[in-house]
Amino acid sequence: MIGRHRHLIGLEGLSREEILQVLDLAVSMKEVLSRPVKKVPSLRGKNVVNLFFETSTRTRSSFEIAAKVLSADSLNWTAAQSSTTKGETLLDTARNLEAMRPDVLVVRHSASGAPNFLARHVGCSVVSAGDGAHEHPSQGLLDCFTIRERFGSLEGRTVAIVGDISHSRVARSDLHSLPKLGAKVRLCGPPTMIPLGIERLGATVHHDLRTAVEGADAVVMLRIQHERIGDPLIPNTREYSKYWGLNAKKAAEWLKPEAVILHPGPINRGVELSSDVADGPRSVILDQVQNGVAVRMAILYLLAGGAGEDRAEKVSA
Amino acid sequence: MSDPKEVVVIQGGRVIDPSGGVDGVRSLLLRDGKVVAVAERVDVPAGARVVDAKGRWVTPGFVDLHVHLREPGQEYKESVATGTRAAVAGGFTSVCAMPNTVPANDNTSVTELMLARAAAAALARVYPVGAATKGRKGEELAEYGELKAAGCVALSDDGSPVMSSSMMRRALEYSRAFGLPLAVHEEDLHLVGKGVMNEGPTATRLGLKGAPAQAEDVMVLRDLSLLELTGGRLHICHVSTAGSVRAIREAKRRGLPVTAEVTPHHLVLTDEDVAASDYDPDFKMNPPLRSAEDVKALREGLADGTLDAIATDHAPHSPEEKKLEFDAALNGVLGLETAFPVCLELVRKGLLSEMRLVEALTIGAARCFGLPGGTLSVGAPADVVILDPAASWVVDPMRGFSKSRNTPWKGRTLTGRCTHAFVGGRLVHETGDPG
Repeated sequence: MIGRHRHLIGLEGLSREEILQVLDLAVSMKEVLSRPVKKVPSLRGKNVVNLFFETSTRTRSSFEIAAKVLSADSLNWTAAQSSTTKGETLLDTARNLEAMRPDVLVVRHSASGAPNFLARHVGCSVVSAGDGAHEHPSQGLLDCFTIRERFGSLEGRTVAIVGDISHSRVARSDLHSLPKLGAKVRLCGPPTMIPLGIERLGATVHHDLRTAVEGADAVVMLRIQHERIGDPLIPNTREYSKYWGLNAKKAAEWLKPEAVILHPGPINRGVELSSDVADGPRSVILDQVQNGVAVRMAILYLLAGGAGEDRAEKVSA
Repeated sequence: MSDPKEVVVIQGGRVIDPSGGVDGVRSLLLRDGKVVAVAERVDVPAGARVVDAKGRWVTPGFVDLHVHLREPGQEYKESVATGTRAAVAGGFTSVCAMPNTVPANDNTSVTELMLARAAAAALARVYPVGAATKGRKGEELAEYGELKAAGCVALSDDGSPVMSSSMMRRALEYSRAFGLPLAVHEEDLHLVGKGVMNEGPTATRLGLKGAPAQAEDVMVLRDLSLLELTGGRLHICHVSTAGSVRAIREAKRRGLPVTAEVTPHHLVLTDEDVAASDYDPDFKMNPPLRSAEDVKALREGLADGTLDAIATDHAPHSPEEKKLEFDAALNGVLGLETAFPVCLELVRKGLLSEMRLVEALTIGAARCFGLPGGTLSVGAPADVVILDPAASWVVDPMRGFSKSRNTPWKGRTLTGRCTHAFVGGRLVHETGDPG
């Protein structure tokens, strides 16, 4: 259980304490990853099924490693894109998987709300690994973890999120978590990529990159997906890069010296981020990947182990 | 349920008949399928069936301008028989059957089949709506003259908006030759894109693709503008936005021949209910549930007569089409059996008078398409319903008369129920225990 929750569908419903419960446990989990033998028996005999309706390499691998380090058995199930195509329905897939008695179902789906639907119809815990433009809770948590790790706390920090906010489940999960930990969030992108009413989730909206990133402690750069070009949200990547992309020159002139750069990956080098920034000293992008495993270990442990903080102590011991 | 030759006396009920401005305790005498007398006292002829309506309302049978009976072609969702059974259970004694059947009702053989099925079912009266264009494709005019001769009362490509302004102009012009109203589903498909709910803060939060209210507004404005060029009669289906209400109010003020309908669900639910339902596709319909400001404008529009009629847009779908991800589920919800109690809520809240509610369900609707019925005037067809405004009941989709179960009201307690429905003087529905 994460606080009161049997599932992790999104961060919207999580309290500050529940988010901290995961982050604090993830600190212990990260220590496990630094050991020469990266294996603890915590989830021995538990089954984790990764049900992916969208292609994903890093998120799925991250959940898979997280499960393995905790000694859970994991299975990857790649399903047809959508139930409107001739494959079986999401409900049938869910019922089939449930019959195999998994403890945790990790699901990624192109339809917003698909994990909610599954959670209503299966008996095991459901973890969203990203649904449509709704939420990507483990990514939101690893972003929080990474920024907190760098600065000690998120209290009073400012985080800018730049890119296609409309289509970004990462931005929404960040928005549902960072402010609960005391951070201010600024959103930035061309007006065509800022969805109606997003400021009601507690962020300020900017269209000028400089005003968005000046004074920020962390900048999350989102991937610009090629299918958005001519959607028609932007004219081309060249103009996007000029006004909303970050390169070393802009970073040096506009960012605070200690500010860090995050990216959920995969990066479009030369579009939203130039290589000198992506590979430069401000980048914590690879820390995010490592922290992602630790955070997902914490999530799986809490949901499959049914443990409270007392059992968490034993893992780190 | 009863002999068509039977004489019926409905005694002691509160008769609300907006067509004659009647609101008071009256008794009704029905004979030979017609209303014979409405008076404070009616002598009971020997052998007459006497129904005591004390404490209840007696109104003209409701008229629904917008129902999907799904026959021919999609009988797994609904049939003329089950749809009209649901209709009379909800107090609707006349329903207009939309043409998005398979094949589309763009020719007389489909119209005739619908009418034959309706005659066999012998429940609610069915008035087919013919397609505005062949195959509802928006490319060629359908045969309006023949459709009218076969029994169609209006024309519509419902669900498939005519995107070509030129096609819409010709449809409006040609409809004048036969005096049929053109009923339009207003939606700019380019603006809608892949939207599955109302665009706004709730869609943003849910991560669902939004369709802006303006997708409806621009088409309403376009068609009102074309109407000035062409003449004819325009009927706007299921109005859902404040912008549409403003445009229609202004057009009526200028005397344009336009009428409009609104659904019960758009009058009481908002896009926030999609969030509250946790992505339940039984809250997915087209047009989508809108914002609270839109709902307020619709209620005002209904109260002041800008919106002439309440129509259900009864849209049955099977579980295979609804028990899916929100994106993948089909649009549409049931409406016939819940419309009256859902709308009665507006009366209880003081937002609508009882007279205006009944008007929008009866004569207000009938006038839009020039239908008989919707009135208790002497000599009119004896289409009468008895309503218990105080009866509370829990909506159990498994116990409904529709073949389908897709209702957003499942599990809710509604107050108000039709206890008796007469069509042409025949009792076609009676609720055993309205409590």
